[in-house]
Amino acid sequence: MDLITLSRWQFGLTTIYHWLFVPLTLGLGWFVAFMQTRYYQTKDETWRKMTKFWGKLFLINFAIGVVTGIVQEFQFGMNWSEYSRYVGDIFGAPLAVEALLAFFMESTFLGIWIFGEGRVPEKAHLASIWLAALGSNLSAIWILLANGFMQAPPAASYVFNEANGRLEMVNFGALVANPKAWIFIWHTLADGLAMASFLILAVSAWHLVRKQNVDFFKRSFQMGALVGLIASTLVFLGGHTMGQYMREVQPMKMAALEALWETEQPAPFSLLTIGDLSGKQEVWSVRIPYAMSFLACNNFSCEVKGVNELQAQYEAQYGPGDYIPLMVVTYWTFRIMMFFGLIMMGASAWFLYATRRKDYENAKWMKLVPFGALFLPYLANASGWLLTEMGRQPWIVYGLLKVQDAVSPNLTVLDLWISLIGYTVVYGSLAVAMVYLMKKTVLAGPDAAIHESVDVAPAIVGSQD
Amino acid sequence: MSYQFLQILWFILIAVLWIGFYFLEGFDFGVGMLLPFIGKKDTERRAIINSIGSTWDGNEVWLLTAGGATFAAFPEWYATMFSGFYLALFLLLIGLIIRGVAFEYRSKDANPAWRNRFDWMIAVGSFLAALLLGAAFANLARGVPINADKMFTGNLFTLLNPYGLLGGVTTVAVFLLHGANFLGLKLEGALRERVNAAAKKLWIAATVLYIALGIFTYIAGFWARGIVSPGVVPIAAIAFLLAAGYFINQKREGWAFIMVALNVVFTQVTFFLMTFPNVMTSTTNPNWSLTIYNASSSQYTLTVMSIVALIFVPIVLAYQGWTYYMFRKRISDKKESLVY
Repeated sequence: MDLITLSRWQFGLTTIYHWLFVPLTLGLGWFVAFMQTRYYQTKDETWRKMTKFWGKLFLINFAIGVVTGIVQEFQFGMNWSEYSRYVGDIFGAPLAVEALLAFFMESTFLGIWIFGEGRVPEKAHLASIWLAALGSNLSAIWILLANGFMQAPPAASYVFNEANGRLEMVNFGALVANPKAWIFIWHTLADGLAMASFLILAVSAWHLVRKQNVDFFKRSFQMGALVGLIASTLVFLGGHTMGQYMREVQPMKMAALEALWETEQPAPFSLLTIGDLSGKQEVWSVRIPYAMSFLACNNFSCEVKGVNELQAQYEAQYGPGDYIPLMVVTYWTFRIMMFFGLIMMGASAWFLYATRRKDYENAKWMKLVPFGALFLPYLANASGWLLTEMGRQPWIVYGLLKVQDAVSPNLTVLDLWISLIGYTVVYGSLAVAMVYLMKKTVLAGPDAAIHESVDVAPAIVGSQD
Repeated sequence: MSYQFLQILWFILIAVLWIGFYFLEGFDFGVGMLLPFIGKKDTERRAIINSIGSTWDGNEVWLLTAGGATFAAFPEWYATMFSGFYLALFLLLIGLIIRGVAFEYRSKDANPAWRNRFDWMIAVGSFLAALLLGAAFANLARGVPINADKMFTGNLFTLLNPYGLLGGVTTVAVFLLHGANFLGLKLEGALRERVNAAAKKLWIAATVLYIALGIFTYIAGFWARGIVSPGVVPIAAIAFLLAAGYFINQKREGWAFIMVALNVVFTQVTFFLMTFPNVMTSTTNPNWSLTIYNASSSQYTLTVMSIVALIFVPIVLAYQGWTYYMFRKRISDKKESLVY
């Protein structure tokens, strides 16, 4: 493989891996903060146990999100130095703000929260978990503002400087007000809450089926169902709104996720399209008429441009080249994301409806929840990121810089193999440790979580002496 | 504000971030490296980790902010240094990753083998980070091959020169001493005795290496290449280190800690004075060096970033300071009082 391919693989793998942990952090932080607030208000022991148990899962997950985030910040310079030179004037700013505003807040207050119980005033301890949750969500906002510039650079925010061949920022306000980025932020923060809801649903259902800590897990399950429904609905609406923008700012991504070859008005939605092996020619398809027009512009009659017309248009505008993303990926990731998202909406609505019955934990479908609820959001999440990042290929900054021109030219293929294998081994081992600890904590249940995190009883925590 | 003023201001701000990082995370790295040697029992190790438990992650953000600020204020510096030091930074990242996860995971399982493994990950990760940061800064002081297109033309072995290695090892030794002094302030009983005894030995190693590095820097002429002479700053740094030896022998832990901390701070100040206005000196052709003028962002970006920094830096300093104040007490290794 060549340098560009290896660099793309490495960025893709490290980013998707990081993104497996971050959404849960974003959402679960709010849950834990809410639970602790309820305990603070009511002094009801169940709320305290809930704070401890879900808080412990939050921390196990958080640790990996944080350390893999350092790689994210460094690898723009390490692997994409030409990109960093070209857009550093603009892209560096939200990243620096993220560190200053969000990373400090998140890490400092989480430290206080972990070690501060009984050492700092109770109110300060409560505030620290809210600030930690706020910090991680602020961090998501700033990195998505940076990503928003790569996806849809707002015309008012930059100029091209002929003298040094770089983009330069002329309006920070326009960068921060990027509408595309804010839809992303809406979609992503809601997605964090949906992810956390489904983890809570899955774990709660597992214990409820076994009749363990019924009060504790019923309360958790109900919270998960309610927040899950609201959040997954918001995710869906955000995604739908994104579609309208995409038609305007990234028409090629729109056509590619639909495998729409020729411009159509009104445009159909594809239920199944089979392409040839190159992934760039349609062989056979089943389509729902009008539906794509609705997704793209909220009416049943608008025109959606096809891949072929866009390719011709881009060649005329940007010179010869292949402007079509890898369609087999965009097409299928879009479907996985959307269908799983819809299932999450439907399922959480059903769970909420079912919790009206007192003995819902005995229902047969409960046995399926732990497994279904766990993999749906993870797959939907990873698919969403693959779609949005691969759908803008060959661009690294849409319409301005191609990926092939962004890579660090001084690196060798050997450098990339060393780091790619190194990350894979380390990340893989961490995943094993993380899954082991999550599973152990989940199975041990709330009582174990409360003991270990306060003062240690020798019977529970083994020691070397 | 004039463009040149902003460029100098951001050079100083980034220097401050690095200095803050070296001062704070310096003792964290030292504590991490000392962990398996000073802590014989599980409770002792937990007490050692808890001495930095609530603050190490916040301290590490100084590094992330230094990285982000370099990207925003000097994109060419960020691009050349991060791509140029690729494998070294990769190893640094691996060190930071295994260390960060280990802090959180080591106590989540009661199996002694599990805990021991993660304790060693903390030690090895801290060692890697200290060694590579030291080597990287030594190479920045020495200069690296950079061509007319601001591109680094060496590889990992370019960085593994005697001066770079000496810089790495010296940083490890100074951080070990800094960590031992910090633990002397935070622990009590037998652990405190043990760590103070270690500080005595570490002081000898750190001082010998530090003076050797200073002499090397002077003789090789890395000293006076910039437009500012470091003047008495490095001499003061050596004086602080020597004074630290006196206070360690007198068992005056507070003063010993302050002296080594000042040594760390003054060493970094020396580095930034030595290099100014260069941010990366080219050994290929001095005219191809990256400077604060040819590597910086536009005036507009620097202005925006200055406003952001003016608002948020004081806030961050206030709450980080408050954290240290809240957790100022010594930590006992008695089981009943340990947070796991």
